Amino acid sequence: MAGIKSLEELKRLKEEALAKRQARTTTGGIQITVGMGTCGIAAGAREAMKAILAVTEEEGLSDIIVRQTGCIGLCEWEPIVEVEIGDQPKVTYGKVTPERARQIMKEHVIGGKEIPEFKIPA
Amino acid sequence: MKFYRSHVLVCVDPECLAKGAHDILDGLQDELVYQGLIDEVQVLETSRIGGCANGPEIVVYPEGVHYVGLSVDQLPFLVEEHFLKGRVVESLLAKEVKRADEELGPPKPKEVRVVLRNCGKIDPENIEDYIAEDGYQALGKVLSEMTPEQVIEEVLASGLRGRGGAGFPTGRKWQFCRSAPGSPKYIICNADEGDPGAFMNRRVLEGDPHSVIEGMIIAAYAIGASRGYIYCRAEYPVAVRTLNIAIKQARNLGLLGDDILGSGFSFDLEVRMGAGAFVCGEETALMASIEGKRGEPRPRPPFPAVKGLWGKPTNINNVETYANVPQIILKGAQWFASMGTEKSKGTKTFAIAGDVNNTGLIEVPLGITLREVIFDIGEGIKGGKKFKAVQTGGPMGGCLPEQYLDMPVDYESLTAAGSIMGSGGMIVMDEDTCMVDIARFFMEFTQDESCGKCTPCRVGTRRILEILERICDGHGKDGDIETLEMLCQQIKATSLCGLGQGAPNPVESTLKHFRHEYEAHIYEKRCPAKVCRGLIHYRISDNVCTGCMVCARNCPVEAISGERRQVHYIDPDICIRCGICQQVCNFNAVEVY
Repeated sequence: MAGIKSLEELKRLKEEALAKRQARTTTGGIQITVGMGTCGIAAGAREAMKAILAVTEEEGLSDIIVRQTGCIGLCEWEPIVEVEIGDQPKVTYGKVTPERARQIMKEHVIGGKEIPEFKIPA
Repeated sequence: MKFYRSHVLVCVDPECLAKGAHDILDGLQDELVYQGLIDEVQVLETSRIGGCANGPEIVVYPEGVHYVGLSVDQLPFLVEEHFLKGRVVESLLAKEVKRADEELGPPKPKEVRVVLRNCGKIDPENIEDYIAEDGYQALGKVLSEMTPEQVIEEVLASGLRGRGGAGFPTGRKWQFCRSAPGSPKYIICNADEGDPGAFMNRRVLEGDPHSVIEGMIIAAYAIGASRGYIYCRAEYPVAVRTLNIAIKQARNLGLLGDDILGSGFSFDLEVRMGAGAFVCGEETALMASIEGKRGEPRPRPPFPAVKGLWGKPTNINNVETYANVPQIILKGAQWFASMGTEKSKGTKTFAIAGDVNNTGLIEVPLGITLREVIFDIGEGIKGGKKFKAVQTGGPMGGCLPEQYLDMPVDYESLTAAGSIMGSGGMIVMDEDTCMVDIARFFMEFTQDESCGKCTPCRVGTRRILEILERICDGHGKDGDIETLEMLCQQIKATSLCGLGQGAPNPVESTLKHFRHEYEAHIYEKRCPAKVCRGLIHYRISDNVCTGCMVCARNCPVEAISGERRQVHYIDPDICIRCGICQQVCNFNAVEVY
C-alpha cells in the first residue's frame, strides 16, 4: 500500500475499504448458481455464466452472489442455472444458452417472474 | 461499476511478502487471464488476514474461504478448481479458523459502546478495517480544519476526564502541556493496566489499537509533541504485538511519521514494555521506567505537563482516554457531553468480576447506578445469594455496601463514598465474603507492590497487613481498630504517590461499613462469613455421618478418626482447617462453626 498524503486520499482509501468490506459481507439476497462440472462446461456453462455476469454489471445489480457448483447428475440438461431469491423456493433452469441466461436475468431475477418453459421438469 | 462475482484478498504484509506473496499475486493474475476468468474475479491486496505464520495466504469472497501456504505451482489447480468449477480445495485450507471475540459478546441492555465500538467488529490487525469505520477521519479533520487550540477547546467542551481513574479534565491537561515552555514535548499512553481482574485497556489495545494511536496523534498535534510512547505491560504480549503491527501499518500509510497527510505536522511513536511493577502505572514512576531508570515515583509538582519525560513537557493519558478522542472530534463535544452526568461525561468501561452471574467487560454511560450494573447487566449475584459489597477501582478502591447500590457511578459520587473510579475494575462480593479477609487480601497486594521509596507506604502498609493478618488468625486485640484507623489516615496523608495514598482505602471503607465484622473477629473470636481459618472449626454432624471414611482418608494431617460405619470425629488441635473433608464428603456431614 502506498502512503497517503492528503485528506482526499484518506477518504478515497475509506471508500475502497468499504467496497472491499461490502464484497466480503454481501448477504446474497439473490443467489445464482451455475453448474460448472465438466458436463456443464462442455455444454457451454461458461458462456451462460458470462452472460449472467454481463447482465449483473449492465443493470448494476447489488446484493447478488453468483457461484458455481459441480455436476448434479442431470448432465443432459446442462448448462444448469439455479436461481434463489430471498426465501422463495429455488428455481432450476436447464439448457441455459447465453440468450436464455439473459432472459432469466431480465425476467426472473429483475422482473420477478419465473420462466416455466426453461425449467427442468420435476 | 464493474461487477466481480468473486474477490480474492492477498495478504501483502511483510511476513507474507517475504514468503512470496508478490509471486502469488502475479501468478494469480496470470492464471486468471489464462483461464479467461479475469473479468469475473478481482484480485486485491490486503494487509494481514491470519497470522502470516503460514503465508502466503489469501481469502476468497463471497465464500470467505481462507487458503494458506500457497506456492505458485499450485495456482493453476487452485484457479481451475475454485474459480472455474467452484470447488473448495480442502488441502490448502487454513487449519485454524479465526475465532470471534469471546471475551466481549454483543452489547447488553443499558450498554453504550463508544470506546469498545470496534472491538470484535473489525480486524485489529488490518488498518483498512479501521479506516472503513471512519478511522483516521478525525485526524484528517484536525489536521486540515482545526488549530491546536480548537482541538483543545473541543476536548474541554466535551467534558472528557482522565479514564485512568483520577478524573482530571483531559482538555485542561493538554492546555497545561501546550503552554509549558520547552521542546521537544512528549505524549505518553499509560497502558500499564495492573489492577487484578481488570482488562478494559487490554481489550481496546487488542481489539482496536488504531483508535488509541489516532487519539495520541491528535493529542500530539494539540500540544505540539513530536514523539510518543505507549507504555504497555509485558504481561500483555498480544496487545504489544497488535500495537506494533498497527503502528507499522499507520507508518506505512503515512499516518505516522513526517508530514502527516501533507499538513507539515510530524509525529511518531513506539511501544515501551513495562517489567511488571504495579507502581509503574503511576505517571512519574512510568516516566522513570521509560527513561530506563528504576520505576519509582517522584514528588509532584513539577507535574509531567511541565517537567515530564527527560525533563520535558509531557502529556500522559490512559488508553481509554485517548480512544475517546477521535469520536469526540468526529461527532462533536455536544454529542459526548450528552452522555453521563453533569460533571462526569461520556461512557466508561468496567470489568465486572466476582460473585455475579455475568462477569466480563461492559461499557456504560457514567451516572448509571451500581444496582443497574450489578443486577441488570451483571444479572445479579451467583447462586441467588445476597449482595454484600462491591469494590470499585481496583486494589486502591473502597468496598461499598448495599446502601450505595442506587448511587450513580461517577467520579464525585464514588470519591464521596470512600471509593474511587480507578481504571474501572468492579469486584462484586456476596454474603459469604469476609470483609476483614478482603481488606487483608488487598493490603497484601499493595504491600507487595509498594516500591519502598517513601516510608509511610513501605512501612505503613506492612504494619496494617500485620494487624489484619493477626485479626484473621484470631489474635486480634482491643485497640487494633483504632490503630488501623490512625495508620490509614497517616498513610493517606503522607505517602508520595497514588499507590500509597490509595492503599488504605479498602481497609478504611470496610472499617466504616463493616465495623461489626472487625469487632466480631477481635472480641468474639468469630468470623461471621466463616472464611478466616484461624476463627473457624470443622466438625462432623452425628446424625448425618455414615462412617464411610472418605474424609479420614483424604485428611492431609490425619486429624479425623473413627471406625467404619461409625460417626467420625475431627480433632480440633490437629485440624489445619483446609476444608478438604468438607469438599470430599458425599453426605454434607462436615459443617463449619
